Amino acid sequence: MTVSLVARAPAHVDTKAPLRVALVGNPNSGKTAMFNALTGARQKVANYAGVTVERKEGRLIAPDGAPVVVVDLPGTYSLRARSPDEVVTRDAVLGRLEGEVPPDAVICVADATNLRLVLRLALELRSVGRPVVLALNMIDIAERQGLAIDQAALSAALGMPVVATVATRRRGMEALVAAARAAAASSGGAGDRWTEPSASDLRDLHHGAERILKATVRPPKRPDTWSGRLDGVLLHPVAGLVILLALLFVMFQAVFIGAKPIMDLISGGFAALSAGVAHVLPPGILRSLICDGIIAGVGSVVVFLPQITILFLFIILLEDAGYMARAAFLMDKLMGGAGLHGRAFIPLLSSFACAIPAIMATRVIDQKRDRFTTIMVAPLMTCSARIPVYTLIISAFVPQRTLLGVISLQGLVFFGLYAAGIVSALLVAVVMRKVFWRGASEPFLMELPAYKMPDAVNVARGVIQRGQIFLRRAGTIILSMMVLVWFLSTVPGPPLGATRAAIDYSFAGMIGHAIEPVMAPVGFSWQMAVALIPGMAAREVAVGALATVYAVSGESAANLGANLAHHWSLASALAFLAWYVFAPQCASTLGVVKRETNSWRWPIILFAYMAALAYGSAFIVYQTAVALGAG
Amino acid sequence: MIIVIENLAALVPPLTAAVPSRSTTDMPLPDRPIVALGEQRRGFGGVVAGLRFESTPKAGGVSNAELERRLLEMGFVEGARVEILHEGLIGRDPIAVRLDDMRVAMRRREACCVLIRPGARP
Repeated sequence: MTVSLVARAPAHVDTKAPLRVALVGNPNSGKTAMFNALTGARQKVANYAGVTVERKEGRLIAPDGAPVVVVDLPGTYSLRARSPDEVVTRDAVLGRLEGEVPPDAVICVADATNLRLVLRLALELRSVGRPVVLALNMIDIAERQGLAIDQAALSAALGMPVVATVATRRRGMEALVAAARAAAASSGGAGDRWTEPSASDLRDLHHGAERILKATVRPPKRPDTWSGRLDGVLLHPVAGLVILLALLFVMFQAVFIGAKPIMDLISGGFAALSAGVAHVLPPGILRSLICDGIIAGVGSVVVFLPQITILFLFIILLEDAGYMARAAFLMDKLMGGAGLHGRAFIPLLSSFACAIPAIMATRVIDQKRDRFTTIMVAPLMTCSARIPVYTLIISAFVPQRTLLGVISLQGLVFFGLYAAGIVSALLVAVVMRKVFWRGASEPFLMELPAYKMPDAVNVARGVIQRGQIFLRRAGTIILSMMVLVWFLSTVPGPPLGATRAAIDYSFAGMIGHAIEPVMAPVGFSWQMAVALIPGMAAREVAVGALATVYAVSGESAANLGANLAHHWSLASALAFLAWYVFAPQCASTLGVVKRETNSWRWPIILFAYMAALAYGSAFIVYQTAVALGAG
Repeated sequence: MIIVIENLAALVPPLTAAVPSRSTTDMPLPDRPIVALGEQRRGFGGVVAGLRFESTPKAGGVSNAELERRLLEMGFVEGARVEILHEGLIGRDPIAVRLDDMRVAMRRREACCVLIRPGARP
């Protein structure tokens, strides 16, 4: 904390203020690895004020004991900002970012094997008038390829110090820091001459970069042929898709099955904790708050941590290996039909497990429009929390019959519910594009980086950071939502000698009764309406809530199913299923959407449109079923 | 700002004539017909001759000036060497191209804005 306070004073006035260095570079230049190598574990990840762009800051201590603050800025090809991330990079470099101290020096991180575009960026950075140092990263790979760079000539041509580095092995880090400090100290200050480059400026800069490249770099003797050979298979129209599907299959097996034992352990742990607390505290509102509200609430979110960890392990591995861009290439046409970006594919698939990691994973999409559209449709994918509800209703109402001798009718309904989720997600994406972005679709233009072996330390750090972000969210916004839901379902308590279920006397019960007339056209009884309220905590909680309102003892699914079959008409049951395809009630998802979009606007839109779709589809299903005689 | 090269656009032959035959590769570079990258097939190679934009942008999201700068930033600058490496399964879209010493994925819609002089760089 004190660091940021000290740093708010202009660095050149207070000589004790730490030097501030910003990392700028093309995507895939090894910038994150460089940031990790420079700062190690001394990192803070947060969001920039007012935007959803991740802010990564770390500290290092130079050999002489002087502290240096390093800020990792989002990757960019130019200071001409095209996305919110790139706006942050531009404004941070120009010193225009509100609440941020301008950097004393900029380190331009370059992939030594792919210099053309980054040299143009370096030329552009030079016009900002801040001291710039070029880090020739991955110099080991360049040397292995027989690529020769005349560093002295390159430094002279660019007018900035050049330092060769290998971030993954921490080679050249001290020299880089020394060069940045020297550059910052000797800066006379050429003044900010940067203006947004026009097309002809870009051409001039590009040709300038080409001239420098030709004069200082000898092309590789043994160029990387592996990437080309791998692409021959991985981008093959048929083989590539088969491999992608196989990879996804393994990934989801790991997410569902691999995470299961740890998830059981976590939920068991929370149950034991709750039992322990219940043993100590006397029965009453406090015990209920701690056990049923806080412990159960946090437990129901933390239980997803293993799934999130495994999912992000795969996503970061694929991203760092350079495969994610290939997956986007293979899927772009399919996703593009709905106006989504190819990169939206992985987050949407993750959404079959849970919408929370899916929404967090949309950070791989650079463009705000594409990212927000993906966030808004991700909760329509059938998440694993809907499965208990589907299973309960289907087994109670859909007869165990086979069609054409092989197709199970129950399985068919199950499949239909999944398909309804997917189709509606694609349709909503199309509508969203028309309504919010006026039909605009971003150009698909993406570098396919060379394949690289992911670095274990960097992958581990990335996974741990995702886990921390998730837990911080679970600890704040999601927890408070859980407590609110608990409050609604518990308070006020039942009077003495109550005959009906306790929840019936609570605010949730009152809301259920109040909305009963509204829910009548879709065939929902007041019990069903009441069960929707605690279902806000997590969709599968509705099963337990139904058991509570129908006062079913033992909570056995078969028992409850028989009970429901007795109380509900088939039309009501089908309407309940139709409702659950859209089911807006998941407080955690709404909380995460709020966090990721940094505004209440999007979660409100999400809740409103999902509620409208849920009501509309339940209405159509119920009325049709009644008309067909299933009422 | 916007480079709408109308006379160049007129030079672009229809799709069927776009694939260079053996004979055109032997012609000196300036004499070969200029074609749009977005209309070519896998294996096609050439040198960027310019960028061309329809008067009403097809890519509704961004203006022509913006698209031009994005293409330039990615390296589609006059003189750059281009080769189509891969095509997608459906409608042969998107395409993966080698652009000088890097690889780029793009949709054909955007690739149609890139004009190519077929053949090798002299």
